[in-house]
Order: sequence, then C-alpha cells, then structure tokens
Amino acid sequence: MLAVLTVFALAAIALPLVARALKTRVFWVAALVSLGAFVHTLLQAPAVLSNEAARLPFEQVTYIAQLQFTLDVRMDTLSWVLALIVTGVGSLVLFYCGSYFRDDEKGLGRFAAVLLAFAGAMYGLVVADDVYLLFVFWEATSVFSYLLIGHYTHRKASRGAALQALITTTLGGLVMLVGLVLLAVQAESSSLTVILETSPATTLTTVSVYLVLVGALSKSAIVPLHFWLPGAMAAPTPVSAYLHAAAMVKAGIYLLARMAPAFVEVPGWREVLVVLGLATMLLGGWVALKQTDLKLLLAYGTVSQLGFLTVVAGFGTRETALGALALLLAHALFKSALFLVVGIIDHEAGTRDLRKLSGLGRRSPVLAVTAALVLASMAGLPPLFGFVAKETVLHGLLAAATGENAALVGDNGQVWGTVAVVGVVVGSALTVAYSIRFFWGAFARKPGVDDVTALETVSRRFMLAPTVLAVTSLALGALASVVNTGLAGYPALFPSGDAKPYELALWHGLEPELGLSLITIVAGATLFALREQFSRLQARLATGANASDAYWDTMSAVDRFAARVTSLTQRGSLSFYLGVILVVFVAVMTAGLVVGDSWPAELRAWDQPAQLAIGAVMIGAALAATQAQKRFAALVIVGVTGFGMSALFALQGAPDLAITQILVEIVTLIAFVLVLRRLPAKLGDRHGSTHKALRAVIAIGVGVVMALVALIAAGSRIAEPISLAWPELAFVQGHGRNIVNVALVDLRGWDTLGELAVVIAAATGVASLLFLRDRGDTPTRIGRAVIKSRIASKLERVRELGAEGERRNAWILAGPTLDPRHRSILLEVVVRLTFHAIIVISLYLLFAGHNLPGGGFVGGLVAGLALVGRYLAGGRYELGVALPIGAGALLGTGLIIAAGAALVPLFFGAPPLTSTYVEAEVWLLGEIEFVTSTIFDIGVYLIVIGLVLDVLRSLGAEVDRQGGDQQAPPALAARARAQREAAR
Amino acid sequence: MTVSLVLVIVMAALIASGVYLLLERSLTRVVLGFLLIGNGVNLLILIMAGRPGIAPIVTDGVAPEEYTDPLPQALILTAIVITFAVSAFLLALIYRSWRLANADDVSDDADDVALREGAFSMPVEEPTPDDGGTDFPVEPDDTVITTSTTGEEQR
Repeated sequence: MLAVLTVFALAAIALPLVARALKTRVFWVAALVSLGAFVHTLLQAPAVLSNEAARLPFEQVTYIAQLQFTLDVRMDTLSWVLALIVTGVGSLVLFYCGSYFRDDEKGLGRFAAVLLAFAGAMYGLVVADDVYLLFVFWEATSVFSYLLIGHYTHRKASRGAALQALITTTLGGLVMLVGLVLLAVQAESSSLTVILETSPATTLTTVSVYLVLVGALSKSAIVPLHFWLPGAMAAPTPVSAYLHAAAMVKAGIYLLARMAPAFVEVPGWREVLVVLGLATMLLGGWVALKQTDLKLLLAYGTVSQLGFLTVVAGFGTRETALGALALLLAHALFKSALFLVVGIIDHEAGTRDLRKLSGLGRRSPVLAVTAALVLASMAGLPPLFGFVAKETVLHGLLAAATGENAALVGDNGQVWGTVAVVGVVVGSALTVAYSIRFFWGAFARKPGVDDVTALETVSRRFMLAPTVLAVTSLALGALASVVNTGLAGYPALFPSGDAKPYELALWHGLEPELGLSLITIVAGATLFALREQFSRLQARLATGANASDAYWDTMSAVDRFAARVTSLTQRGSLSFYLGVILVVFVAVMTAGLVVGDSWPAELRAWDQPAQLAIGAVMIGAALAATQAQKRFAALVIVGVTGFGMSALFALQGAPDLAITQILVEIVTLIAFVLVLRRLPAKLGDRHGSTHKALRAVIAIGVGVVMALVALIAAGSRIAEPISLAWPELAFVQGHGRNIVNVALVDLRGWDTLGELAVVIAAATGVASLLFLRDRGDTPTRIGRAVIKSRIASKLERVRELGAEGERRNAWILAGPTLDPRHRSILLEVVVRLTFHAIIVISLYLLFAGHNLPGGGFVGGLVAGLALVGRYLAGGRYELGVALPIGAGALLGTGLIIAAGAALVPLFFGAPPLTSTYVEAEVWLLGEIEFVTSTIFDIGVYLIVIGLVLDVLRSLGAEVDRQGGDQQAPPALAARARAQREAAR
Repeated sequence: MTVSLVLVIVMAALIASGVYLLLERSLTRVVLGFLLIGNGVNLLILIMAGRPGIAPIVTDGVAPEEYTDPLPQALILTAIVITFAVSAFLLALIYRSWRLANADDVSDDADDVALREGAFSMPVEEPTPDDGGTDFPVEPDDTVITTSTTGEEQR
C-alpha cells in the first residue's frame, strides 16, 4: 500500500513534465496509474475478506522513532471498499477527462497532476491507520480540492468557491485534529485501531469524539456546513464527479463509519447524527427540486444523499452498517455517472440549463439509457444496486424502530429508529422526484423549446466511463450476494444477535421495507407530476436566507473586524510603535523589580578615580548629542562617547576591547562622513523634533530601569563565573595566552561563526542598497595605459589651471585622476609611506593575537584602515588598485576558511572547532608555534577586511560615482585659461 | 558582587540619550541613538564583569580570580563589530532613502494611514451568479476563440 502511495506521488510529479507532449492523452497515463492501484487493491481481496485481524494487510514505516511517530497503513473491509471506489472511479474519471478537455486547455498538466495526487491522497486517507497520517491525507484532499475547484483561475466565481470550500473543510479539519490528538493521548497511541479498541468512556472522550465529528460533517457537507458543496460546482464537471460525488465527500462518512462501532455508545452520538443527517437529507432534496442547472440539481442531490448516509452510518447497528456501506458504494457509482452524463451534455450542447435542453433523449438514446439506469439506481428502483442498498437500510432502521433487536440497539434505538424511518421515507420520495426531474430536464422534449441540435457525435471513448458505471450499478444489483461477501466484514464489527445475519439480496420476499419503497416511488412520482403546484408552494415558503450568504457575511465581517483592529493598532508610525514597546518594557520591568525579592548589589563609587572624569565627559557628550542640530557635530559628539568607552575598557583591564573600540570608532566616523557629505548639514530640517517632553520621560524611564536592572542582576549572582576555568582552558586546550582571543576562535568559536554570518549579511546589505544592478564586485580598475593617458591629460589641465612649476609627482597610482584642487600632497605621501607598514602590522596583530592583545578582528580593522587611507588619498580608482579583489570574494573566502576550520576536525573524528598545534623551527623566525585555531582567525581577518572594503566601495566609491566625480568645473578652467591668455 | 556606581550612571545616561534619539523622526538621529545604545549596552555587559583585575593574558603564577572576567569581554568584542556592521547598513539605508525620496526621515506607512482614514476598503471575493450554467462559456477575453460551424465544442 505504501508502494501504491509512492507511485501516485511520483506519477503526479511526473505528469506536468509529459503533459506538453501528450496533450489530453496525459489523462490516460493518469488513468492507468489509478487503474493499477485498483487492481492492486482487488488483489488484496483474499487477505481482506478472510476478516482475521492478523491477516489484514498492514504496513508500517517508523518516521520519527523518538516521538513514536509511525506511518501505518492497514486495509480492512471498510478501507478496502473505499479504496476500490477511490481508485476505480478515479481511473474512469481520469480517462473521461481525456475526452472532456481540449488539447489547448490551459494548465492541463497541472490539472491532471493535481487530480491524480488527489486520488493518491484519498487512497492514503482510507488506508491510514495512524490518526496523524490520516489527518495529513485529510488536509491534503482539502488542498487538492481547492486547486481543482479553482481550476478556471480566471473566473472569479471559481476562485471564490474554491476558497469557500477550503476554509470550511480546513476549519472542520483543524477542529478534528484537536479531537484526534485528545483521543490519541487518552489511548496512549496514535494508532486508529488501538484507539477504537480502547475507546474509553469518559467525558473527555465524548468531547473529543464530537470534535472529530465536526471535521467529518464539514467534509461531508452536512447541515449547517453544507453550503460549500453546491459552490464547489464551479469546478470542471469531472472534478465534481470524482471529488464531490465519489471520493472526498465520502471521507466524512468513512470516518463516521470507522468510529461508529466504538463510539455509538457516546452520549448523543445517534441523536445528533440522525437529526443532522435527516435535516440535510430533506433540505438537499427540497432545494434540488428548485434547481434548473442540472449540475446544481445533482449537487443538492448529493447533499441530500450525504445526509442519508450520515443517518445510516451513524445509527450503528449491524444491519444499518451493512446498509450504509452498500449505499455508499451505490451512491459513488450512480452519482459520479450522473455527473459524467451532465459533463457530456454540457460539453456537446454548451449548456446545462434544463430550460434550454429539449429533445436530447431522441438524439442520443445511448446517453439517455445510461442516465436512466443510474437514475433508477438513485431512486431505488429494482433491479439496480441502489434498490438493494436502500432495502437493506430500511430493513435495518425498521428493525430498530420495531424493537426487534432492542437489546443490541440500545434504549434510544426504538425512538430514533422510528424518526429515521419516517425521515428517510420522506427524503427518498424527494430523491425519486428529483431523479425524475433530472431525466425529464435533460432528455424530454419540452413544448416551446427548440430541440438541441448537438449530441449526435458523442464518441464512444467519451461515453465509456458513465456506461461502465451504469452497467456496474446494474450488475451489482444482480450480484447482490457476491457483494454481500465483500461487505460482510464491516457489519461484523457490530454486536450480533442470535438471528441469522441479514444479507444483501435483490428479493427478500414481501417485507415491510418493500412496501416503504413502493410508497416512496409513488410519492416521488406524484410530486413530479404536480411539479407546477409544488414549485408555487416552494416559492411561497422561500425565506431568502441561505447558509452560503451567512458564510460570506461572516467572512466580510471578519475582514471588517481585521481592518478595524489594524487601524487601531497599526498607526503606521515607527516612533509610535517604538514608544509603545519601550513603555511596556519599562512597565513590565518595573513590575518585575517591585515584585521580585532581589536586592541591589553593593555599590562602590568607582574603580579608579579616572572613571569619574571619563564618565563625566561621556555623559556630557551623550546629553549634547540629543541637542545637536548639525549632522557632523552630532556625529563627533557621539564619537566622543565611543572613545570614552575605549578608555574605560583600557582601565578595566580589557586591552583587546580598547583597541577594537578605537579602530571601529575611526572606521565608523569615516563611514558616516562618507554618507553625510551628501546630506544637508542641518539635522531634521523638514521634521523638527516633536513630543520632546514625552520622549524625554520615556528615555529617562528606560535609563533608570536599565540602571536598576544592572544593580539587581549583579546583586543576584550566586554562582561562580564559568570563566574562572577559562585561563586554564585557554592555555592548555587552546594553546594561547590571550584568553579573550582563544575564547573567540576556540572555546566559543560557534558564537563567532554566527557573528561572522551577521557581519557578512550586513556587508551584503550595504552593497545591495548601493549597487542596484549587480554587486559591483569587479573593482574599479584601470589599466596602466589608461592611467598614463589620464595622467597626461590631467597634467595638461594642471598646467592650464595652475601657475608654472606646479607639477606634482604621482605619489600614489590613481592620484592624478583626482581634481588637482582636491588633492593633498601630504596625505598622498603619508599613505604611500605607511600603507605597507600598516598591512604588516595588521598581519602581526592577527598572528600575535593568540598570545597578546590582537587577533583577527583587530588585525582586520587595521588592514581596513590602511585601505581607508588609500581611498581617502586617491579616490575610488586608488581603492581598486590597492585591493584588486571584490569585497564579496573576500567575505566568501573568509567564511569558507572559518567554516572550514570549524568542520575539518570532523574528518579526524574530533568535534568541530577542535584545535591542535604544531611547533617548528623556521629559518629567520626561530622556533614558532602554530595553533590551528589561527586559521579560523584568518577567516575572521578576511571577513572584517571585506566588511570595511564593502563600506568603502559602497558608501565611498559608489556614492562618488552616483554623485559625479569631483572634477574641475569647465567654467573655472575656461576662466583660468582666459587669465593666462590675458597675462601674456 | 559589587558594581561601580559611576559606570552604572554612565550606562544609564548613554541608554537614555540613545532612546531619546531613537524616537526621533530624522534617520540620522535614529542611527546616532543606535550607536549610543550600543555603547550603553556594551558598558552594561562590562559592569557584569565585576571588579576589574589584570588583563586576561595568561601569566604564570596568577590565580584565575585576579584576571578581569574574560567572558563579558568576548561578548563585547563581537558586539562592537556587529554594531559597526549594522550601523554601516543603516547608513546605506539613509543614503538610499535620501537618493530615492530626498528624505532623511521615518515617514508614516501610507497604507496604514489610508486604512485608518477609511480610504481603503477590503475587497470581498464572492462568487458571482453562475456563468450561464456551463463549463464552456463563450469568453471574449479568451485568446483562443474557435467557433466551429456545427456549434460543437463552442467556447
């Protein structure tokens, strides 16, 4: 069975690929797959029909062993019959699709694939023996049904109906999931078989059973959740024939039938199902008689029949169980055949409106006979299988009503049996009436309506599927005793009396149920004969209320409510949101601090007196930053706090931090300047500061709370810091003396790896915000020849502009590309002299960092600063010359090295990030010790350089390019030339 | 564990000033506020290191308690670099906003404002009345229109 499921899945995936070539013949392939599954199921017959629990086909795959989650499939009689229906009708409908659709139909491959996938999901649903697996398939059928109903994606009605069906059935499905989980927890197993065997009788069980019922009833379109099924008729007709007659809507009935043997004793089970079922049956029949669209007539007929099935499947005696399964089979056969007939009529005549169809019977007698056969089965006429099924049902209900087997049926059996018999007879009369109405509507010649001219050339291929279904309906009637053998395993789950079990048969003798059948047929025929009077009665009783409108009203009410909530909470203002978040933060933290019993730490005024001085400067700077009006001023003031931080770090015994902070502060300052030079000097010229007092209150609140948090958190510490072990770990395990660095690259290397990912993401973000089309990873380079010619032309310009003798040497390569007025000879010389030295220093810091202050971060920042110098002195061309590699390449290489250093130990059977070391004598350098975690640090080093480079190339070079390079304005050059001319 | 009052006050001042700036509309001020809060939080972590000792470079004969706690330092070191990376990203955002909208401020979300003012209505997708009761309606917007003379397979 799992193999069948796999084949379904693979075939569904493959179909869209071959659809282009095969056109509508793709459906034949799909039909073959389904037919194969049908044959496979048929071959299971000996094992299934043996009806011994041990022999039933059962397969199990352990999915998540730790959660005891297994994929169980099991096939008993009930599953077997449904699997036969699903695969058999499925293959016929798929074959029929090959004629129904045209070769140029849009989305043919998708449609075929989804329909086949649906068949697979439905097959899975009926064989699943694990409630969670069952639920997965259950929801899968909902989703596929959504896609199939919405096949005509350009039709609004299609989309609306698809959504309606999806929301209704999924909502039911979710409620069901809660019920299934509760049942699984109570039975301590998610196996359906085990749950039904244990079936505890507690209030919780009752609740969970009702929750599951909600799902089953919503799927099977039972009042009050029936409205989605008529809406779903927006689907292509083959979909209606399969999903909404034979397969999906039967899922709910299947679940009812599955649970009935175990849960029929649950309080209210029979009452609820009989009442809802009868209501649905009568409502569906009543509305079906109003319809003029043949397909809608069938849809309401299906609603009615599903109600019927609910009554019978839920009633829960041995006889009704047999009747329910027979009726389910009969309904699948006749209702799908009828839909297929409607599809043919629609396809050929271009309408399904019975007011426009006339004289079809004479034009296409084969179609008419086929339809007549299956309609007879639906109306319950002998010798069709529908008759056999209905007789059995009536016998079962009558037996309960007359109290024949009261001991087995329970106390309420007699009352509800009577109610059910009366309701079913009335409902069946309606069924007979709309069956006749269908035949009359589709095939009769009507006065005043032109005969339909089409339908002479219905191909045999097109007719095959409905004909097979009709003949099956006829044959099964004759073979009732054979069918009985096939179905007997299910009723055997119910307690039996002493009497010989009732069997399916075409002729039982003159029994009361035969009389009831006769009454329904006569009543139905009369109802049809008096159709004019009846429709006037219906018109008078019409209330205008219907469940679908209620659904749409609910949906738009939800939408309106959502809009109201959104407009109340989503103000659209970022500062408003931030303010709310911060106020909540202050309130909650204050409450926590008040309630908690922790006491602040002991205070000391300061560690060193210098802290006081530095702190005063920092506070002053922070306050001044809030008042600054000019961009650059504000930036510099904020920078002061950064340098203050660096000083504090140095005082606190944190040299690594002090160095890093200073370097970052410089790079940050430069990055800001690069961007801010394009913005107006004054801050907030458009939106002045508002709500100053309120913001100040929030700000002070947050500050005070943070101070209290610091005091109390420090006071609450009771354990020794884990870092007490670090010096030992760093020296022995990490072979390094600088504990902070070893922590970063070795002890806590995973954290650093995560941090590197953040850095790369941010750097990429910067680049993507500036470089719109591509990452711009080809550095701005120019060839030497170009540079030479540029230098020549620049020198020419310089000669024109400047006085005699003002020729400058090219200290840096791209210097001459700059406007002479923007060049600084001092800067160029300094950069030229220091660049390589700085790079060497950065490398020293990188390698020394393991034992002395330094490391990848510091080294990378220093190298980055060297690049900053080159850029500032020589502009974007100089940057390209200084480092002719893309920033992306640097970042990527760095990450590969770092991640590689983390992963390589795995190949040696060690945990990731394990480090080792080698000592060696190296010429000139003497004895050196190399620790492998340094490789990780090299990755860090490259990534930090990449980050700085990305900032320079984006915020610097690209901003230059977008703003236009600073060139000497032509007017100025012209004026200089004029002056020179005049001087001569 | 004792803490230094000066550091706590400086930390509170940094965070308070940062929050004040963060609530501004000007993007540049928001980024500056972000930087201040970043410094403040780093300081908070530093406070958690307790009493300062000697720099955490393993030296023979020094007990573990005598070093400044290296754990917060490792945290702060990564925090510093990340703060830089994120503020560079924010700077790029500012520049982009300036290039596109000539604006350096956080403006209100237009859709939210429209919704609040009722200028925006929710479309409801409801099935329209049945399209003539057929799967094969004549659809003028269909690109393929073939009408055979016999009326078969009419679209």
